[in-house]
Amino acid sequence: MNWPNVILVFATTILAVYLESAVVILREWLGAQVDLLPALAVYTALTCNFPTVAAMAVLGGLWFDSISANPLGVTVLPLLLIGFLVYRNRDLLLKEQAYAQFLLGLVASAFCPLCVVLLLYSLGKEPLIGWTSLWQWLVMSFGGAILTPMLFLALGHLNRLFSYPTVAVESSFRPDREIKRGRY
Amino acid sequence: MLRRPQTISLITIAVIMVVLMNLPPRFSEPFKIVLSSTFFPLFGLASTADEASETVRRNLLTRSALIRQNQALQETNRLLQIRLMQGEEAMRENDRLRELLEFERRSSWPLLAARVVGRDPANWWRTIRINRGSEEGLSENQAVITADGLVGRLSSVGLGYSQVTLVGDPECRVSALVRDTQDFGIVGPLQALPPLQQGLVQIKYLAETSQVQPGQTVVTSGLGGLFPEGIVIGKIVDSYSVGYGLYTEARLKLAADMNRLEYVWVITL
Repeated sequence: MNWPNVILVFATTILAVYLESAVVILREWLGAQVDLLPALAVYTALTCNFPTVAAMAVLGGLWFDSISANPLGVTVLPLLLIGFLVYRNRDLLLKEQAYAQFLLGLVASAFCPLCVVLLLYSLGKEPLIGWTSLWQWLVMSFGGAILTPMLFLALGHLNRLFSYPTVAVESSFRPDREIKRGRY
Repeated sequence: MLRRPQTISLITIAVIMVVLMNLPPRFSEPFKIVLSSTFFPLFGLASTADEASETVRRNLLTRSALIRQNQALQETNRLLQIRLMQGEEAMRENDRLRELLEFERRSSWPLLAARVVGRDPANWWRTIRINRGSEEGLSENQAVITADGLVGRLSSVGLGYSQVTLVGDPECRVSALVRDTQDFGIVGPLQALPPLQQGLVQIKYLAETSQVQPGQTVVTSGLGGLFPEGIVIGKIVDSYSVGYGLYTEARLKLAADMNRLEYVWVITL
């Protein structure tokens, strides 16, 4: 396991939740706060193992709900679902490409608030939803989409700073030309 | 192909979260307070940094700017002293009249200043966090105000931090009175949020004969027991008849600017 990356993911999770609460510039300019957690769920699913993905979703969601008026646990489920779906398909995703990261961030950031609002309604809550919410949803989706490649860049760079460099091992071994012995 | 351990852990976490979501607030609130305490050092650090930058900014002011500021403050001070004198006289008169009518004496509100350290990260709630809690004797449902008017009520109180639910959130409804017409109503969020107008709320259940006009002041009525009487909430923007003329509703602009709250006062009654 790449421990520096795991530590970076958790440190970024707590920092992201804190910044979403403390920084009001975007809220004042655009009338909506951008959520970093879906983008972080995408990053975690593409770079870490499944227990880390699940732990990030649980901790991130619970921390978010603890300083929000949301019922506790309502943000965990969408984050977990995003992490799970991306993790299951990560071999098929072009995780190094910025446009793929942008698109994944867009879908995740658009899906997460929708899912949370649906869960809130199913719990009998009355969130403030109106025409403004459509604008807020767009800001959250595109804000999250723009932040996803930036997150990959920043965390990737920090990860390389704190990890041992990977040594390229040259080998003439080719699995397709391996002679298998014995009964098959 | 479904990977079994992953699917099982996903389902297990989902079930736990569904149980957690459905817990009554008296059980889930302590969990929230414990989890949000993770952010104490960060909020504390930010407050300290803010105060330090404010001190540095003050120390960097030039002598002429300080003199100007001092003059302005002296002028304001003189004006406030005159207002205070008038106010004290009015209070004495009020007390005398109340005694004559055998009304209960009106007491002044004990206030506790607090700094706003954070906002609700979710876009669909209107709450803020302040840096005062049960350590300072705060308790749930106490009213929160600024010099401009009503801000909201304490919805959750931790040891050193509290959550304030702002007027305009569905969880904060206020019994209100239109000062000029003496009509009672309930202030709550707008039914349909208009685009990018966050300072507007709605006053419902006004009498059908109500003669509310744009510009009239709405204050807390004191009914319901949560908010003391006479705190300014806002001004009427427009009114309309609803429910086939059964009652009147009006939109009002909040007196306190909820987007620029830095310091608030808790009424510790």
